Amino acid sequence: MLGEGILKGLAETAKNFAGSYVSKERLTTVQYPEERIPTSESARVFPFLVYDGPDWEAGLRCVACQICEKECPPKCIYIEKSKDKKPDYVGKLQIYPARFDIDVSVCMSCQICVEVCPFEAIKMDVEFELSTDDRFGGLLRNRQHLAKSNEYYHQIHPTEASEVDARLGEEKAKLEAKAKAAAAAAAAKAAAPAAPAAKPAESTPKPAEGTDKQ
Amino acid sequence: MKTVEEIKAAIEAAVPGAGVEVMQNPGPSGQHSLLLKPEHALEVAKFLHDDAELALDHLSNVTGVDWPDKEIAEKVKVTRQVTKSVDGVEQTVEETVEETRKRVEPGYLEVVYHLFSVAKKHGPVVLRQRTQNRSDKVEVPSLTPLWRSAEFQEREIFDLFGIVFTGHPDLRRILMWDGFKDHPMRKDYVEPDDFEYEPTAHDEVLKRAQEHRARAGAAVGEGAGQ
Amino acid sequence: MTNSATQSAINTQVEGWNRPREIEPDGDNELLEVAMGPHHPSTHGVFRMDVALDGERIIRLKPVFGYLHRNHEKLGEGQTYLASIPYTDRLDYICSLTNNWAYALAVEKLGGIEVPERAEYLRVIVGELTRVQNHALSVGFLIQDMGASGTPLMYAFREREKILDLFEQLTGSRMMCNYMRFGGCRVDASAEWLDGVRKVVAGLPAFADEYEALLCTNEILMARTQGVGILPPELAVNAGATGPLLRASGVNYDLRKVDHYSIYDRFDFKVPLGDHGDVYDRFMIRLLELRQSIWILEQALKDIPGGPIMDPKAKIRGFRPKPGEAYGRIEAPKGELGFYLISDGGPNPYRYRVRPPSLINLTVLEDMCLGQNVADVVLILGSVDIVLGEVDR
Repeated sequence: MLGEGILKGLAETAKNFAGSYVSKERLTTVQYPEERIPTSESARVFPFLVYDGPDWEAGLRCVACQICEKECPPKCIYIEKSKDKKPDYVGKLQIYPARFDIDVSVCMSCQICVEVCPFEAIKMDVEFELSTDDRFGGLLRNRQHLAKSNEYYHQIHPTEASEVDARLGEEKAKLEAKAKAAAAAAAAKAAAPAAPAAKPAESTPKPAEGTDKQ
Repeated sequence: MKTVEEIKAAIEAAVPGAGVEVMQNPGPSGQHSLLLKPEHALEVAKFLHDDAELALDHLSNVTGVDWPDKEIAEKVKVTRQVTKSVDGVEQTVEETVEETRKRVEPGYLEVVYHLFSVAKKHGPVVLRQRTQNRSDKVEVPSLTPLWRSAEFQEREIFDLFGIVFTGHPDLRRILMWDGFKDHPMRKDYVEPDDFEYEPTAHDEVLKRAQEHRARAGAAVGEGAGQ
Repeated sequence: MTNSATQSAINTQVEGWNRPREIEPDGDNELLEVAMGPHHPSTHGVFRMDVALDGERIIRLKPVFGYLHRNHEKLGEGQTYLASIPYTDRLDYICSLTNNWAYALAVEKLGGIEVPERAEYLRVIVGELTRVQNHALSVGFLIQDMGASGTPLMYAFREREKILDLFEQLTGSRMMCNYMRFGGCRVDASAEWLDGVRKVVAGLPAFADEYEALLCTNEILMARTQGVGILPPELAVNAGATGPLLRASGVNYDLRKVDHYSIYDRFDFKVPLGDHGDVYDRFMIRLLELRQSIWILEQALKDIPGGPIMDPKAKIRGFRPKPGEAYGRIEAPKGELGFYLISDGGPNPYRYRVRPPSLINLTVLEDMCLGQNVADVVLILGSVDIVLGEVDR
């Protein structure tokens, strides 16, 4: 019969229309911006710099190694190294970024900076409403805009952040053990200059350096 | 499927004087290629297309490669006659001197064809053609008469590399606009200085951005616009 | 496939079916030249067709490209092997994961890298999910091109949304996934994610049933698409058409079966083939392939093993393959997507070439459109299934 196919199709749409009053699953529209879908844990939009402790400037994990700057496909990161050094989260003296700019209009959210960072210093944010009325100034984020606390990182990517914390904690413990061993060795050396005990103490912390993320 | 050497032998049996050369691929993919001579390229391609055993009816990919002029420095031992005064007497002595000579290996443009067979489900057979140089003798015969799929791809190579395909039915620019000069995919292509720079410009881009700003400023001052 | 046209083509000009046919206008009507585009033809992107019309009939059609050209290949030559991966997402932005896959495959051939089993399974899962959403979408857009705005397309979007949510959970992004690496995948899938995929895949057959009931027997759709835009199989093969466009003409050529790449040999699936090569066949082929993809997904989800997802020997950062070249290709939803790479031993490829299925499938657009009505051109273009990001690169 001519028109049978059309009627069959109409029955299908009618089923969906009526169903939308009954079943929540059929009603898929979300009224943004009043309603929002919670972002997924692995979502990525734009990078930020992680800092530990209360002071963003002192706690930045970034050591201005410039790997992300080199690897960034659209070259949207700009880093200037500092002239002086300051202690990082384990107390080791490190260079820090005197300038760290990312251009929102150039960044393409690919996450390669996060992937290559050996210091867990740059991570992806989930904030997606980045529009502004200032085309150049507003879209150029400096290190103060980019710095976000580790707590914030835990809030947006809880699983990933705890993994990172565990890894960093391990490294820190190893470094501390190494420092302690070195101190002990130094003390032993001072006490008995020819004591052979200093040698094993020096060789044990070696693997700690090797476990650094490549 | 036949190996490249077997295909070469088959071509030479079918097309006398084809002069096909095997180009070895040192990489692990093992996709060796056959370099065609321009005067026999269409005949060879037709053989590959029509041969019952090969039946390469699907020309999948056509692309250009630019190999610019290479400057090769090599050390050469040169013997020359030098007049010297030995013990107050003028004498002609032969002396061997080592000299560094620079030799320019002329560059060329290359077209690479990847052939497969839909009927026999094998492939790829890789063909190459080379132009004589990069400036005025850039013609190679088009394979579009045999495989329609080369039509847009050869147009693209003409557009981006500047290789002229003789026998192509409709050789125009395809991706760039008609009034465009130069060929962007060549290695020595210089980008026009006509775009905005992002505020984070650094390194090379920063230098270019500063030059651009200086030039743009001067131009505005003269009332030339831009 | 010896053809008199190809034989005579050697010495003389191109002729025969190898060249677009000439259509003679009836009588001496004045021809009307129309620029269809840039834009509208149901907005597959910025694309123009210069059309000459005799009344409603198409006498000549010349596609004009390049509005979205950004010289992707030159960009690839200036980037490291790793940095090119996010750019491949932006070729065919509907199917970023299969683009990643084709590129990763080419680099793996170039560098001789192995891929662990679990990573292959993950690639098949995300690749087939991509195919499902692409085919649902392209059918939706085809119907939209026909004038049925809304309903069928929104049904497809509803299903695509679920798949995109899965992509976001796994890769972090809905469309620009940047997921595969040479030697494996970037992140491992959790058990919850796999359960989520199982749930979505379990719902897909119902969607396919619904979609088929909605569309397949619709008389208007049949009247508009059957016998329209016929592509003969010889021309399809000769013009390098691939993917559903080729198979709708009845040519059995699916790279998943032909090239035996990845682990497709382990799965049992059929290659649907068309009979007539018209728009209706292309539409049906996509729906049938969607069903086959669901079937592959079910098998892959059942057998997925544990294990590593990256080849431990693969070096992602600072990867420098030995000099050489490789051409790797996969069956992307739109056709054969290939990457041709030449390495000179440096950190960047010396030559980086994309074989775009969308562009090469358009070679036959004129042949399919000549003699058809102007309203059918939009439909035929829709049935080729193009994405301009890939056509213009």
